Amino acid sequence: MKDIVQQLETRRETARMGGGEKRISSQHAKGKLTARERVELLLDDGSFEEFDMFVAHRCTDFGMEETRPSGDGVVTGWGTINGRLVYVFSQDFTVLGGSVSATHAQKICKIMDMAVQNGAPVIGINDSGGARIQEGVDSLAGYGEVFERNIRASGVVPQISLIMGPCAGGAVYSPAMTDFIFMVKDSSYMFVTGPDVVKTVTNEVVTAEELGGAGTHTKKSSVADGAFENDVEALAEVRRLVDFLPQNNRSKAPVRPFFDEPDRLDASLDTLVPDNPNTPYDMKELILKLADEGDFYEIQEDFAKNIITGFVRLEGQTVGVVANQPMVLAGCLDIDSSRKAARFVRFCDAFEIPLLTLVDVPGFLPGTSQEYAGVIKHGAKLLYAYGEATVPKVTVITRKAYGGAYVVMSSKHLRGDFNYAWPTAEVAVMGAKGATEILYRSELGDPEKIAQRTADYEERFANPFVAAERGFVDEVIAPQTTRKRVCRAFASLRNKQVHVPWKKHDNIPL
Amino acid sequence: MFKKILIANRGEIACRVIKTARKMGIKTVAIYSDADRNALHVKMADEAVHIGPPPANQSYIVIDKVMDAIRQTGAEAVHPGYGFLSENAKFAEALEAEGVAFIGPPKGAIESMGDKITSKKIAQEAKVSTVPGYMGLIEDADGAVKISNEIGYPVMIKASAGGGGKGMRIAWSDDEAREGFQSSKNEAANSFGDDRIFIEKFVTQPRHIEIQVLADTHGNTIYLNERECSIQRRNQKVIEEAPSPFLDEATRKAMGEQSCALAAAVGYASAGTVEFIVDGDKNFYFLEMNTRLQVEHPVTELITGVDLVEQMIRVAYGEKLSIKQSDVKRDGWAIESRLYAEDPYRGFLPSIGRLTRYRPPQEVATDTAVIRNDTGVYEGGEISMYYDPMIAKLCTWAPTRAAAIEEMRVALDSFEVEGIGHNLPFLSAVMDHPKFISGDMTTAFIEEEYPDGFEGVTLPEEDLRRVAAAAAAMYRVAEIRRTRVSGRMDNHERVVGTDWVVQAQGQHFPVSIGADREGASVSFEDGAVMRIASDWTPGDSLAVIDIDGSRLVLKVDKTSGGFRLRTRGAELRVYVRSPRQAELAALMPEKLPPDTSKMLLCPMPGLVVKVDVAVGDKVQEGQALCTIEAMKMENILRAEKTTTVTKINAGAGDSLAVDDVIMEFE
Repeated sequence: MKDIVQQLETRRETARMGGGEKRISSQHAKGKLTARERVELLLDDGSFEEFDMFVAHRCTDFGMEETRPSGDGVVTGWGTINGRLVYVFSQDFTVLGGSVSATHAQKICKIMDMAVQNGAPVIGINDSGGARIQEGVDSLAGYGEVFERNIRASGVVPQISLIMGPCAGGAVYSPAMTDFIFMVKDSSYMFVTGPDVVKTVTNEVVTAEELGGAGTHTKKSSVADGAFENDVEALAEVRRLVDFLPQNNRSKAPVRPFFDEPDRLDASLDTLVPDNPNTPYDMKELILKLADEGDFYEIQEDFAKNIITGFVRLEGQTVGVVANQPMVLAGCLDIDSSRKAARFVRFCDAFEIPLLTLVDVPGFLPGTSQEYAGVIKHGAKLLYAYGEATVPKVTVITRKAYGGAYVVMSSKHLRGDFNYAWPTAEVAVMGAKGATEILYRSELGDPEKIAQRTADYEERFANPFVAAERGFVDEVIAPQTTRKRVCRAFASLRNKQVHVPWKKHDNIPL
Repeated sequence: MFKKILIANRGEIACRVIKTARKMGIKTVAIYSDADRNALHVKMADEAVHIGPPPANQSYIVIDKVMDAIRQTGAEAVHPGYGFLSENAKFAEALEAEGVAFIGPPKGAIESMGDKITSKKIAQEAKVSTVPGYMGLIEDADGAVKISNEIGYPVMIKASAGGGGKGMRIAWSDDEAREGFQSSKNEAANSFGDDRIFIEKFVTQPRHIEIQVLADTHGNTIYLNERECSIQRRNQKVIEEAPSPFLDEATRKAMGEQSCALAAAVGYASAGTVEFIVDGDKNFYFLEMNTRLQVEHPVTELITGVDLVEQMIRVAYGEKLSIKQSDVKRDGWAIESRLYAEDPYRGFLPSIGRLTRYRPPQEVATDTAVIRNDTGVYEGGEISMYYDPMIAKLCTWAPTRAAAIEEMRVALDSFEVEGIGHNLPFLSAVMDHPKFISGDMTTAFIEEEYPDGFEGVTLPEEDLRRVAAAAAAMYRVAEIRRTRVSGRMDNHERVVGTDWVVQAQGQHFPVSIGADREGASVSFEDGAVMRIASDWTPGDSLAVIDIDGSRLVLKVDKTSGGFRLRTRGAELRVYVRSPRQAELAALMPEKLPPDTSKMLLCPMPGLVVKVDVAVGDKVQEGQALCTIEAMKMENILRAEKTTTVTKINAGAGDSLAVDDVIMEFE
């Protein structure tokens, strides 16, 4: 018996060493942790339980039968994050370059199936050279199986991808279908075709970093939702995100003890909106001052900065925030901001996370570049997402809410539950200047008259009361009371139920 | 008494005056420019009159506009505060013409003390010690030596037309005087086309010490001790105290009596300040007289118990002084720190914008400590570029100087300012500077002690360990809370560990925490144990922590894996990690921040108006590179050295954030 136990230990020891000391050192030299070290930091101390530690590939081509490492290049299993169950896979670059074989994929599929069945998030750590060429189509089939699991799990359990090394070719499509992608600066990249192929096909010379590094994907492509300085920080921040997320689509957003008064007043909010309607201000200040303890987890911070998305807690419970940012492009909606916010709204709705919308939007960005690129359909995504969302929706209009963009931003017309406005709000079809230029076209030659018309329009429409008279705004609230009002609103919506007519699925304008 | 007074000023001093007026039952009128529509002094006053656009020369110092405001509101008297119209004889005259009382000295006193030469002459006649010197022109080197001997070495040989250090020589001997005269003369001729030279005493180890005087219209004049204001940056006072750690009783008395003599000589009535320069041997020389309330008057109030503003109002109303010289107290020690909206890490560049957070320390007044904060701003207010960047004066009082300094340290640590750059770290640094602590300072203190500007504070080992212990305990509290989230696997909860590694200021401190009902014990590897008690909870931006019976105040910002903490002028990025995390974090590559010396960074959020150079251009030092519009003002950014532009990242119309890279250089 003792021998058998000893044998188990020896086998485990071998498996834990992955690709061996030399490769581990080389992984460290690149500033990367090993697959197991990453899992260790991701999960609560000692909570990881591994599956399939001894799984080995079955390939016999190209001499592969000579090397059959235990685990086959991926560490899978489950554990807890602050006591809550999560499933995890972590590709091991030290073992056959973390390449994906049929068995490697099978291991991933196993924990994904468990995650869906048991209702817990899946966190995937990607660090892989790509398909295992020696396995040919078996490897591709493996990818396909994983993709299919990603799709099946989508909207059922949260899926988070960490890109902590290479992720290229078809492999990118698994993270692409998860809810969030995070990258590590300088040591990770993602692309469909690498720099060499790019050069051959298009003659374009580009580095891996420029083509698919963290900067590219957080600022330009919006493929990634955030980037961190190193592995340790990335894993700690994913733990922090998981604290915000529900376990699955059947459970409510998590609640934790909080140290902040729900009825905390903040007098400084009374002066947040500047006297001049064209002067920008920082909407993040409002978010931070509304949130419990000023804690905000921003999603896609570096992309389409004219809209802000992320998670806060109110009375300890997670709330998704979408807010126009007047500091950037006056906070207008455009293709990028609509897509960014729409995806975020849909995530929140899928997982029963209430939505807080802070509105200061002058309208949609005009121009050929927007129209040619399809702002109609992209803008419609956000409209659609808000309209279909059945989670509690609370909206605060701080300043401008003009035109179609007003309707889009979680308006009463899209079944907003609470639609508040600050006294500084201007709910109107457009700004005074634009409106008078259309309404009084014949008087355009007379600047004095037009100025008077503009002033009259401002007087009549540049306020929240026209909308409030119609019930489109439920109440005009003092800025300093916003946290209290919003907390109470969400508290009253905790048992909200909405019945949606049966459909197979919707047909959002993609 | 007056029924209603107008305060012809803004900011903290207007608020300060309003407070006393209110205490005396006098109604107040504020005036405000467009930029001050929502300012604190406007909110505090009983009435407020708008007097024009933001620039002071179109509002606060336009006599006609202020006079209109007075007529409009029927104010019977005007307190001018400091700056603006406070030493403007024409304004005093205009008030007199309308029969409105000026809460300040008679206009004759303003006039005669307003002129440097006249004031010095009057001072000499009143037997006030002035800097010995020869006002006449000096013919030749022999004459220079003769006069230098009369004055006594060291002397300063100065070009009459001089400025900026040109044509200026210090001489300690006959030879140096001879030589200095010749070179100053040559330099003056070349630089200014005017080779007239004069000589005066050179004051060594100069300190700036001033006497507060108070006089009524009935011929009574008293002095209320001195204030030491040697901690200055480019003639801008930063820290003041009363009394001076340097003066002895005899010198104080001599300075006080001479100051009173001078005040009497000009028929002074009101509060005024006689400024002296005092050398290392306690010789003092008259500099000038300020015929107004000084910024730093609170330190005098704190040690004498006299409300100077109240006295000014009473004198203006014609009352006799109710205090005699023998009543003037000198009780304990008071220190004032001026909080400026200036970024100490950027060469004290003025910083403007919204005060997203502004929480001064709690004001207290007990027998053993006073904390007083004179302020003109509030959280959510705007710091505009139009006025003085001083936003508050934090004063502490205690029975001894050491205790007053300690109160100031804690008060500065407890002061929360966000949204703008500010000099709190610098003020804290001075409070811990050995020379300041010993009282050994001159007006060159900042120049000499911070020759390359202020680069932040490095905490000494013992303080750092205290911070590390506090951070570990705080982090653990936050981690325990995280484990209380809903949706846990029952009976399989996370147990938060007791061992942590704190990284701060490049050092690692492995600690072990044992928590109990009263607090926590933090043990270090060397066996040292610190007892920690605090009511800090996650999210609090200020942590007041008791460590082994002494107080540590930390400004706290949560960041990934730890905190950003500010204490004693040090800004620390602190990581708190489990031992395993620390072990693995040590494998992470150190990423050096990009070298910004070869970049032009945007100093403020703003809009690019134009870029004046192109890639490949050679630029000279001081050449305009780009114009940024912020707060409706155009700011021209210039080259700091001669170099070549290699990359331009911004174009006209782009809106930039602070520290965005506008262009890069070779």
